Amino acid sequence: MSNRIYLFKVFERIWHWSQATLIILLLITGFEVHGSYQILGFETAVNTHTTLAWTLVGLWLFAIFWHFTTGEWKQYIPTLQKVDAMAKYYLFGIFTDAPHPFKATTLKKHNPLQRLAYLFILVFVGPLIWFTGWFYIFYDNWIEWGWDKYLNLEWVATFHTLAAFMMLIFLIVHVYLTTTGHTPLAHIKAMITGWEEED
Amino acid sequence: MSLAKLVRVLAVTAGMVLAANAAQANTDPAPAAPAEKKASTSTADHSKFKELQENFATGPDVTKACLKCHTEAAKQIMHTKHWTWEYLNPQTNQLLGKKHIINNFCTSISSNQEFCTACHIGYGWKDDKFDFSNQDNVDCLVCHDTTGTYRKLPGYAGHPPYKDTEAPAGSGFIVKAVDLKAVAQGVGKTSRKTCGSCHFLGGGGDAVKHGDLDTTLTNPSKYLDVHMAKDGLNFTCATCHETDGHNVPGSRYTPVADDTTPHIRGKKNADPETCQSCHTAAPHKHNARLNTHAVVIACQTCHIPEFARGQPTKMSWDWSTAGKLDKDGKPIRIKDSSGHHDSYDSRKGNFRYESNVIPEYIWFNGKVEYTLRETKLDPTKVVKINTLEGSPTDGKSKIWPIKRFTGKQPYDVGNNQLVVFHTYGKDDSALWTNFNWDKALEYGMKEIGAQYSGKYAFVETEYSWPTTHMVAPKGDALTCAQCHQPSIGVGRLDKVPGIYMPGRRANALLNTAGWAIAALCLLGVLVHGAGRIYASRKGAHK
Repeated sequence: MSNRIYLFKVFERIWHWSQATLIILLLITGFEVHGSYQILGFETAVNTHTTLAWTLVGLWLFAIFWHFTTGEWKQYIPTLQKVDAMAKYYLFGIFTDAPHPFKATTLKKHNPLQRLAYLFILVFVGPLIWFTGWFYIFYDNWIEWGWDKYLNLEWVATFHTLAAFMMLIFLIVHVYLTTTGHTPLAHIKAMITGWEEED
Repeated sequence: MSLAKLVRVLAVTAGMVLAANAAQANTDPAPAAPAEKKASTSTADHSKFKELQENFATGPDVTKACLKCHTEAAKQIMHTKHWTWEYLNPQTNQLLGKKHIINNFCTSISSNQEFCTACHIGYGWKDDKFDFSNQDNVDCLVCHDTTGTYRKLPGYAGHPPYKDTEAPAGSGFIVKAVDLKAVAQGVGKTSRKTCGSCHFLGGGGDAVKHGDLDTTLTNPSKYLDVHMAKDGLNFTCATCHETDGHNVPGSRYTPVADDTTPHIRGKKNADPETCQSCHTAAPHKHNARLNTHAVVIACQTCHIPEFARGQPTKMSWDWSTAGKLDKDGKPIRIKDSSGHHDSYDSRKGNFRYESNVIPEYIWFNGKVEYTLRETKLDPTKVVKINTLEGSPTDGKSKIWPIKRFTGKQPYDVGNNQLVVFHTYGKDDSALWTNFNWDKALEYGMKEIGAQYSGKYAFVETEYSWPTTHMVAPKGDALTCAQCHQPSIGVGRLDKVPGIYMPGRRANALLNTAGWAIAALCLLGVLVHGAGRIYASRKGAHK
């Protein structure tokens, strides 16, 4: 009989899935505004993208509050312990059915590579996307606020796009790595039910 | 129904029918007249003036009568470009005006005044000896006629036909003599029709010169002109070109490209004809993003989605092919595929007409430099009749829509200058009489006392016209996608430098790298996944 641990609380799961939905929709609409394809039409894409962005801002306000009141922010403190073991596992061990070098606990939900990846998103991609996004959203006020002296739409757009590509790449790798639990759907189930089953 | 009641009903019905007939009869002879009469709030009925009870023989006779009361009118007019056809551009110090410039339509009035001055607000300008100081020479009627019957024909030096006249000569069309008394008694404010009698016909015909001014504006639909539509605001030209002391604001020589002192109608020194003077510089009440666009984009760029929306406008004129005659030595005219316009005319060469034309877009700051007759030109390049100055960084420019009119016209090979040629005249040197370029050029250049090497060739020219009239309703303005995500593949502002346009100007390196890395990651995880599946199957077999 396998052990079960309650890894993801209700808020965490709601946050995760709504954030996932928003980010995917933001990527779809964002790359349309960027000129990569045509789905909604430019104007609708811009308006939808803006609405989704504000919705995500709202969600983040809740998430930040939750992380600090619950102390969960500590989950993102980086560690280099076992990073090499994780890398080795993904490169070799996973093919030979070697044991996973990391065991999730309620205090350490994320493996060391996850921690680094999420931290990178939190401290680099996130701020880059938010600041360039807000500059974009408040473009109409640049002159009034004197921002036009320091900002240039081309650079704002370019960095916003850079961050978007990083999110896209993160998304691809992240979704794939969810299948690397003890069964391909174990991590996904955990994120839906909150319960992680262990071998 | 009682008999009395029946009689009443019949009487009322008959009355309505009679009234309706009467109304119809009123509108028949001059459709525009009743509405205008009704709208008139003038305190003077000119038909009651004893000065105007005369049977005037000529235009100047009418003017004399006008000036008896309007003592300052001619003096005012004489200070305006409408009279002088001359303008010293203070920005460039170039002497411009119809009297001086050579364009790429009919090219020059010099040596052709008798013909061209059909559109001068005067009488008798047939050569360079015209007396610009004689007040009787001012034509009040061409602007102030409300009867719609006043007409000036080319070839009469600005005089209207005083007797029934065949025009053009030999055509069989008879233009009736103008009833000067009736016209004089019917004077009133200017109208779309009076301004249009010249401005709609610029370049020698309807819609030739301007893509945004032609006779369809006499009675436009809302789609054609949201301001002038008769079933809408019903603006006249002077509603925007609010005239003060006969000085009509608005200029092609010094246009206002960016009105930074807007919304001060009535204030002196402001420009009443700009969009901003009514709409302000931030007119989109519920869409700040559009106001931001308006910081660098002229209103006209979005709100005049195409020009020549009423009828085709001439887009090019090649003089070099003029003069071909048929086997009997007679001039020929060939219609274009529409059947409405000439594609060739022996007198003028080849033309191209287009309708619903997408403008070109350029940065423009209001400064215009002309290639004058004196200007040395480079015949290996397209000669720009005018150059509209502007840049994304000068802080004064906006992105404007223009009509770019191209042509081919003669120049002096010896002096590398544009030339004046004698187009029209009752002599044997005029191009339209004998189709001989040498004679026409010799005559024209001699007439203005300019040097001419005696050798000519044709040079390509272009003339840029900022598009500003025929503003469409807001529902017909450009959509975001027409610049940002064009379904036709070419965005309206694709060629305009110095702007970042989301959807069109993405960083190519970032794009390539971004998609490549994303694709590699996808490939990587797929290979990794395939490897896991393979490994687990192999493991299961063991």
